[in-house]
Amino acid sequence: MRKISRRDFLKNLGLGTAGLTLVASPALASESHSKITGEKLPAKIRKVKETYTVCAFCGCGCGIILYTNNDNKIVFCEGDPDHPINEGSVCSKGNAIIDTYNTIEKKGNRVINKLRVTKPLYRAPGSTKWEEKSWEWALSEIAKRIKSTRDATFEEKDDKGVTVNRTTAIATFGSASLDNEENYLLHKMFRSWGLLNIEHHARL
Amino acid sequence: MTNHFIDFINTDVFMMIGSNSAENHPQAMKWIVKAKDKGAKLIVVDPRLTKSAGLADVHVRLRPGTDIAFINGMVNYIIENNLYFKDYVLHYTNASFLVNPEYKFEDGVFSGLTEKDGKKTYDTKTWQYQMDGDPAKDGIREEAIKKDLTLQDPNCVFQILKKHVSRYDLKTVSSITGTPKETLKKVYDLFASTGKPDKAGNVIYAMGITQHTYGSQNCRALAVLQLLLGNIGIAGGGVNAQRGESNVQGSTDFAMLNHYLPGYNPMIYAYKHSKLQDYLDKDVPKTSYWSNRGKFLISMLKAWYGDKATKENDFCFDWIPKHDNKNRSHMGIFSDMAEGKIKGMIAWGQNPAVGGPSSFQGRKAMEKLEWLVAVDLFETETAAFWHRPEADPSKIKTEVFFLPAAMSYEKEGTVTNSGRWLQFRYKAVDPPGEAKSDLWIADRLFKAVKKEYQSGGKFPDPILNMVWNYDKPGEEEPNIDQVAIEINGYNVTTKEVLPGFAQLKDDGSTACGCWIHSGYWAMDKEAGTVAAKRKLLKDKSGLGLFPQFAFAWPANRRIVYNRCSADPAGNPWNPKKALVKWDAVAGKWVTADVPDFKAADPPKDPKDPNAKPTPVPPDKTVPFFMQEEGRGRLFAVKGVNDGPLPEHYEPIESPVKNILSKQQNMPLATRFKGDFSKLAETASEKYPYVGTTHRVIEHYQSGAVTRNCPTLAEISAHMFANISPTLAQKIGVKTGDDVVIETVRGQITCKVSVSGVCVPLIVDGKEVEVIGMPWCFGYQGIAKGASANDLTPSVGDPNTNIPEYKAFLCNIKKAGKH
Ligand code: SF4
Repeated sequence: MRKISRRDFLKNLGLGTAGLTLVASPALASESHSKITGEKLPAKIRKVKETYTVCAFCGCGCGIILYTNNDNKIVFCEGDPDHPINEGSVCSKGNAIIDTYNTIEKKGNRVINKLRVTKPLYRAPGSTKWEEKSWEWALSEIAKRIKSTRDATFEEKDDKGVTVNRTTAIATFGSASLDNEENYLLHKMFRSWGLLNIEHHARL
Repeated sequence: MTNHFIDFINTDVFMMIGSNSAENHPQAMKWIVKAKDKGAKLIVVDPRLTKSAGLADVHVRLRPGTDIAFINGMVNYIIENNLYFKDYVLHYTNASFLVNPEYKFEDGVFSGLTEKDGKKTYDTKTWQYQMDGDPAKDGIREEAIKKDLTLQDPNCVFQILKKHVSRYDLKTVSSITGTPKETLKKVYDLFASTGKPDKAGNVIYAMGITQHTYGSQNCRALAVLQLLLGNIGIAGGGVNAQRGESNVQGSTDFAMLNHYLPGYNPMIYAYKHSKLQDYLDKDVPKTSYWSNRGKFLISMLKAWYGDKATKENDFCFDWIPKHDNKNRSHMGIFSDMAEGKIKGMIAWGQNPAVGGPSSFQGRKAMEKLEWLVAVDLFETETAAFWHRPEADPSKIKTEVFFLPAAMSYEKEGTVTNSGRWLQFRYKAVDPPGEAKSDLWIADRLFKAVKKEYQSGGKFPDPILNMVWNYDKPGEEEPNIDQVAIEINGYNVTTKEVLPGFAQLKDDGSTACGCWIHSGYWAMDKEAGTVAAKRKLLKDKSGLGLFPQFAFAWPANRRIVYNRCSADPAGNPWNPKKALVKWDAVAGKWVTADVPDFKAADPPKDPKDPNAKPTPVPPDKTVPFFMQEEGRGRLFAVKGVNDGPLPEHYEPIESPVKNILSKQQNMPLATRFKGDFSKLAETASEKYPYVGTTHRVIEHYQSGAVTRNCPTLAEISAHMFANISPTLAQKIGVKTGDDVVIETVRGQITCKVSVSGVCVPLIVDGKEVEVIGMPWCFGYQGIAKGASANDLTPSVGDPNTNIPEYKAFLCNIKKAGKH
């Protein structure tokens, strides 16, 4: 029997190369594959969920497929062979993208990267430590700081009498690491507060 | 990028300058190597023997900061030897346009330099074209500009350029750059070989070009070169900036920059825009596609303020803050912070404590903040500034909040790569613990602030009335579809998603958050999904355009300025790589890519279903339709504030005097006061070596993410500096020893690597040593190390305010020997 490539396999699945996220359930993916090809999927991807993503690092924009097991751990990743830029390959950074979520301990078990911050934190003036806080507390305290700084420094008109509606006492930095939709909301939000000091990586 | 990565396969000669793709853009390097396998040649211009230089046919070593001398030298060589692409230059550039006879260039300075309150600026009056009518009123109409099509008039752009670069002969260039004359001649000949109709030369650049006090002029020099060789707008050509982060293109498009609104609409300035009409009069060009800017701005205001934005209230124009025209760039903000003028700071997915220039002083300035919010995956150096090694937390009064964010694949959204492709990525896992997507955090923070203003406060209108309708019943996450539709644009009455920006109106009937992305969320029926999610691998052109894979802004155009790929009659210069072609028999354009010109006029009666668009014949099309005069600018009458032509100046900190003119430095360079003013003098004895910074493949930017990834932290674990064997001998070190590197701003200790990566260059008879340092280390994470930016100066380009990271003076000693 003719060897069926991964690309052919996806086409046969009806996903074609319009292949969106490949989140067919693991069982379905392996079953359909064997129906079409009479072969078993390689063990590494048989019992896992596939998700299509684009690398988070340099500006090349490589397509990457992540493989997640039933325990919600990402067990493997590879360059998407159907991505016309990277054609299945990735560099060392792209290949390590899983590390930001889970890492492998000495015994071989996967755990969430221990350095990830997983709760809102607060450090009081002069304090030597972080304290864990709830989202509700953190967001409302931050909102109070924004309001008090904004209200104390807000200029409605400049010295020539032009309506300016701005504050120059708050600055924001970021981010080339965020998605477009996120940047759009941030920009809109910052301008609604009257901020001028909006900057990020592109300046550096 | 004018072109895109896959298009590199169409290149005949690459010139990679101030970029190291093998390390920083590995997939770009893959396409270069593929092209090389087919016979293409690679020139790498870099002070260091980088991994890319290792793969080059010719490696040009030059002294950091001397790119303009090198490029102007090539431009001179091309003109002197008649190697430019004459038809292209004549028809598609402003070569024949006549410039004000009062334009002058004397001893390193252009006409119009003025000084007020210690600040230098250029009055650009004498840089303008000679033309009929009033350009202020009618715009820079191409028809009104006086020309000499023989290119002989001493006031025509071509003659001015020729005279300007004539000083850059091989000997002079070699004395400035430290590159041997023979190498210069060899690469000048090689790259100039692309000045033929069927050859494509590709310029690839990155931060080695932009991070100088004349970074914009470095880019300009590259543009001039590519225009002369007819390499813009063609397959395999272009000026291709390699962007460093996965979405720095997108974040720039969305104006995370003080001086822009989304889609490259200029910010509103108090000194010139008190009303909407002022903006429309002063910042909407009369000619070019930008003449539609009013529609883009008004549609954005409608997206933001919905029904509240009406014609009568200037579409809420006054609700956008007006800029005070002070320096509000990264360095300007940190300088204000050191003076206590900034009370609150939000670092959202950025780590300026490592990434900013003079970062030691930057971290100290942060102590003046009343509050700081950091939103990130890991505790970055910025979030941890209050317990950094050199600080006493008990003395730092700043309140610090840390909000845990999600990684790219723990949420959904699009990112824009260097080739302007917007690609959607899907969610694989939930964020760990209580970490949240940045979209969720933005949504909840906006609502929390709005709640505070419900009970009053200073001018709450823009906050209370901002369109914010992203709730999805039963779901925690904001409705990303709704955000995407708002960015893409919709009809205000019917709510129909718009197919593209051509539909935008200035009467308030359309809303669009960012016009350049219009169409990215429009349905592609064949693909069965929206444009940004498409993954169809169809490439009819055979040129790697893949028009139905993702979405390329603007308008899904893959190669911009593509009208220039065909001659004035519409015949492709290189028929084998045709992007657009005028079919004279059928009387219409045949296009492989989305045309970057008006190829057809819309049907006269839009209601008639049988009405067809009328093709625009070749002689009525405009080669550069984003430019007001419709031509590529060899001479920049506008767009840059520091000179119409690129001129060599020395970096602010230089080991030598400028041998070309009395003007040592860029006259308009941005400088700062106080803590950020420290600079070494020219040819300093205390700091005799040239320092420069770079990246390594394993670490992304400041390393805030990658230094927390065990595998990457293990492969690249140590901060190091590259020095030459001669310098190593002089200071008595070998690879692996600890060294102290010092500048007037501070010092760092790190390992040293002695190899041939850096070697001394002979500059004007003097030996100059170069020290290269990666800038990805800091005091947090698994792989810790000293930050190279503790050494870098706070001086910048006058157009962009990008710091001069790439050339500064330093000293080096073996550690422990003081
Ligand atoms: S895998 Fe490597 S080359 Fe591809 S986008 Fe990621 S960092 Fe860039």
